[in-house]
Amino acid sequence: MTSLTDLFFTFMQIGMFTFGGGYAMISVVENACVENRHWITHDDMMNITVIAESTPGPIAINCATYVGYKQRGLAGAIAATVGMILPSFLVIYLISRFLDDFLEIAWIAHAFQGIKLAVGILIIDAGVKMVRQMPAKALPRVILVCSFAAMVVIEILALRVSSIALLLVAAVVSLAVYVVCGNVDKGAAV
Amino acid sequence: MIYWELFVGFLKVGLFSFGGGYAAIPLIRDVVMSYGWLSEDMLTYMIAVSESTPGPIMVNLATYVGISQGGMAGALVATFAAVLPAFFIIIGIIVFLQHLLTNPYVNAVLQGMKSCVTGIILATGVHMVSKNCLPADGGSPVPDLRAVVVTAVLAGVYFGLRAWGKKKLSPIQLIGISAVVGMIVYR
Repeated sequence: MTSLTDLFFTFMQIGMFTFGGGYAMISVVENACVENRHWITHDDMMNITVIAESTPGPIAINCATYVGYKQRGLAGAIAATVGMILPSFLVIYLISRFLDDFLEIAWIAHAFQGIKLAVGILIIDAGVKMVRQMPAKALPRVILVCSFAAMVVIEILALRVSSIALLLVAAVVSLAVYVVCGNVDKGAAV
Repeated sequence: MIYWELFVGFLKVGLFSFGGGYAAIPLIRDVVMSYGWLSEDMLTYMIAVSESTPGPIMVNLATYVGISQGGMAGALVATFAAVLPAFFIIIGIIVFLQHLLTNPYVNAVLQGMKSCVTGIILATGVHMVSKNCLPADGGSPVPDLRAVVVTAVLAGVYFGLRAWGKKKLSPIQLIGISAVVGMIVYR
């Protein structure tokens, strides 16, 4: 039987070496949990990827919880998830202690002024990638354009509307179209 | 009380961040701005730091915001709250709801939210770039030529290399390059 410490330390290693999170870490988990330790099968791994895409939260956390639970139930899920989070928690904790002092140093402040410009580009890039992965149907596209427009208006007018409100409206609209048209594919393919 | 606010704020982030790391950024921005926990610049810096350090961006940002508002205890509360929804949803799916994700009604809801989050991310990115290039100076926006040029060059290198070059820059590499450019241009 897999020990809790084994789960904890395996996911701690994964957490320590996956930068940026997201899909980069799926292959790391696959390597550690499928090939090296045979904790889960390749099919399980595919299953996790699909589940992770449709559930909120970081993929890394979804993977750790899934593998931990499959191995040792609730205790295993906690051990794996805490192991996964611990390295980044400690790294950010250390950085937070020094960051304000670092930003007082002129050349570091200048570097961050450059970095600030890169972050906007990276976020647009992430959005464009998600657009490419969207199903080529009318309804998702309409929702995409409307939510983009709504968000731009909210930003420009500095309205106090939470993006969670937009998400809920989109969920209701999408569900309503499905209920009314029966089949989203048919209803939206016009 | 700050711990309760951190808990509720990051619980919302954890519950609605469909679609991986970047999807959480607009939600975190929402929460952080509405409580006035960080300045917009500081949040942007921390997004870059989170991207360049190990671990999921959402967890890193939750930890940082938690520390800045409530020290070690705040960091624990915010990180715990951010992870909690994903943790229980995954266990719930394994235990009772194997077929939940193939249910067409659930799928309709999820598809609607995913399309919406994509629009929100794009708008957030566009807003950040335009705010950098057109900082509002006492109300009316004034173009910052240096920022416009640097943004154009960085975007050109990043997307150009991917389209025409054989090499692809990772986000961390772009952050590294932008840091060097910043040191030179803003000296």
